[in-house]
Amino acid sequence: MISVLAPLPVLMPLLGAAGALLLAHHPRAQRTLSLLVMTAVLSVSVALLFLADSEGPTAVAVGGWPVPLGIVLVVDRLSALMLVVASTVALGVLVFAVGQGSADRDEDTPVSIFHPTFLVLVAGVSNAFLAGDLFNLYVGFEILLMASYVLLTLGGTAPRIRGGITYVVVSLTSSLLFLAAIGLVYAATGTVNMADLAVKLGDLPEGTQVLLQSMLLIAFGIKAAVFPLSAWLPDSYPTAPAPVTAVFAGLLTKVGVYAIIRTQTLLFPGGALDDLLMWAALATMVIGILGAVAQTDLRRLLSFTLVSHIGYMVFGIALGTAAGLAGAIFYVVHHIAIQTTLFLVAGLIERQGGTTSIDRLGGLARRAPLLAVLFFVPAMNLAGIPPLSGFIGKLGLLEAGVADGSALAYTLVAGGVVTSLLTLVAIARVWTRAFWRPPTQAPAEDTAAAAAAAAGPSGDGFAPAAEDGDLTARQVAWRRHTRVATAADPDIAPAASAVRALRPLPGAMVSATAALVAVTVALTVVAGFLYGLADRAADDLVERTPYIEAVFDAPAAEDAE
Amino acid sequence: MTPTVVLPLIIGGLYAAGVYLLLDRSLTRVLLGFLLMGNATNLLLLSSGGPAGLAPILGVSDPEDMNDPLPQALILTAIVITFGISAFVLAMIHRSWRLVRQEVVGTDEEDRRVAARKGTDADELDPDDLVPGDRPAGHADSLRGADLDDVPADDVDLPAGNR
Repeated sequence: MISVLAPLPVLMPLLGAAGALLLAHHPRAQRTLSLLVMTAVLSVSVALLFLADSEGPTAVAVGGWPVPLGIVLVVDRLSALMLVVASTVALGVLVFAVGQGSADRDEDTPVSIFHPTFLVLVAGVSNAFLAGDLFNLYVGFEILLMASYVLLTLGGTAPRIRGGITYVVVSLTSSLLFLAAIGLVYAATGTVNMADLAVKLGDLPEGTQVLLQSMLLIAFGIKAAVFPLSAWLPDSYPTAPAPVTAVFAGLLTKVGVYAIIRTQTLLFPGGALDDLLMWAALATMVIGILGAVAQTDLRRLLSFTLVSHIGYMVFGIALGTAAGLAGAIFYVVHHIAIQTTLFLVAGLIERQGGTTSIDRLGGLARRAPLLAVLFFVPAMNLAGIPPLSGFIGKLGLLEAGVADGSALAYTLVAGGVVTSLLTLVAIARVWTRAFWRPPTQAPAEDTAAAAAAAAGPSGDGFAPAAEDGDLTARQVAWRRHTRVATAADPDIAPAASAVRALRPLPGAMVSATAALVAVTVALTVVAGFLYGLADRAADDLVERTPYIEAVFDAPAAEDAE
Repeated sequence: MTPTVVLPLIIGGLYAAGVYLLLDRSLTRVLLGFLLMGNATNLLLLSSGGPAGLAPILGVSDPEDMNDPLPQALILTAIVITFGISAFVLAMIHRSWRLVRQEVVGTDEEDRRVAARKGTDADELDPDDLVPGDRPAGHADSLRGADLDDVPADDVDLPAGNR
């Protein structure tokens, strides 16, 4: 059963992307197709998770080649769990984007590149989760990176190109490092199959092992945004359209974390670099959150908390125990859902309030109570307020740290608590300023600027059709006019009323965000089951043999491809 | 069929030149650096297959003398990926040039703003008091709008009269 299902999370989005490209001139059909494909991917992932949980790890040799030579896809508890969470948030973001897209354009605007690219991104993410050999993991990374380059620079406005260049150059460097590491691994062992490597790497001299391990760690560390390799993230993420930032924040860094978990447990179980990882985790947590406290732009603030909370996962990985890994896995699941949701809420705030600068927002709690609830619940979850899932994840990690007992582990426990508190500080600042203070205290804003922010491509986040150069001449002329007006005279007299009118929100965007908020709350409700699953996944990882045996017993399945 | 010292030397030289170019602010040089490093990595993969041998085609050469075919398959994949990404980066450089008449790695304005604010209380700062260029990213006034008419229109289909 698994052998039939396993290739589907990769194949379906790829074929769907091709179909979506063909349907480029039929926006409604295109939207329906991509939503159907994402729903199918989610269903298959759920099925895979249940099968993997009952049957243990299973490998599929997709090309029909014998095992150490051909490409294998491996479904174990960890990869199936990641697939489920990834496709859930991807579906939510897709609904959000569809809602935003249909609100921003009229029905007959042609050519949207967003849907095909988004599906390719999902295929890349699935491929990375399922990859059973290092080179296939590299290909998965490249697929998702290529799609992410396109999504990040969608529309090609100046701020996006600037942010995109940083992102692309950094990602290229990390990919080259990864590829060079694969070359060296192959030179040292004669295989790139991870299960085969797990057996053969142990025979290498210690120095060679550490070299290979550190090269892979640096390559994945850049992708996962582990300090000091994290500086690119807050520079590039906030410029993208809201749904794109949301899916990047949720998924892309976590693919890096997943790769670190996989290589650390399967390939290099000795823990030679665990102390180094501990320090990196501490620095990531503390420096990331200090960056967040300094920000006044909501999206940048969230990007910094994203970096900071990667530290928790690295902490769990660095502990290397089953408890630590279980905590890390649970935290990854929690964080994917929570960070995606928060960025979507930021998109809603920007849409409704015209800006994401918390200096300029005000009184949202009274004026947009639903938005306030949608922000408050995941924000408290991020800060780790009991009984939400963020608290459970952090508690699990801190317990694992205390159980480890070393001085370094205690330092990290302390660092984790401080980071959690500072997260609360950063979130509370957003809450008090953007939501709680009376709207009249917010600085008055010239209406022209507000209008430009609402109409301009960078201000409004996401409008796929509008950014493909298919604006009506009137729209462009008006946009130019407002921009020139504000630029020429920034000191235009403030509008009579400081209270800016709120724009109405499309129902699809709100319900997609609300559904994801519900998912984050549901993570708390099913936390017992989920943590049990994470425990079993972590046990598999620590034991290693189930994975290795599954790969070497893989049945060749030509018909599955 | 002995290991060669030429290949490692070339690989090292390409990496060195590639890293040097990658550190430049000019995007064209960054791209050239990336291409050099990509080629160095491909050579690294090639040399990971061991000493040179005959073409790995069954029936043409003796399996004993064959080269390892797997690294070559990996290199082919890597070349395709590098090619696609180079095309994308070129398009981005072109776009950057059209938008802001420069093709260098840009500075993050918001980053500068937060850094320059050191010493003042963040909450006391009002973006309206700042010069437009220092206002937060995403804020309308931070757009490079002052000389907008000098920038060539990116909407190519627009009649010139509407600008």
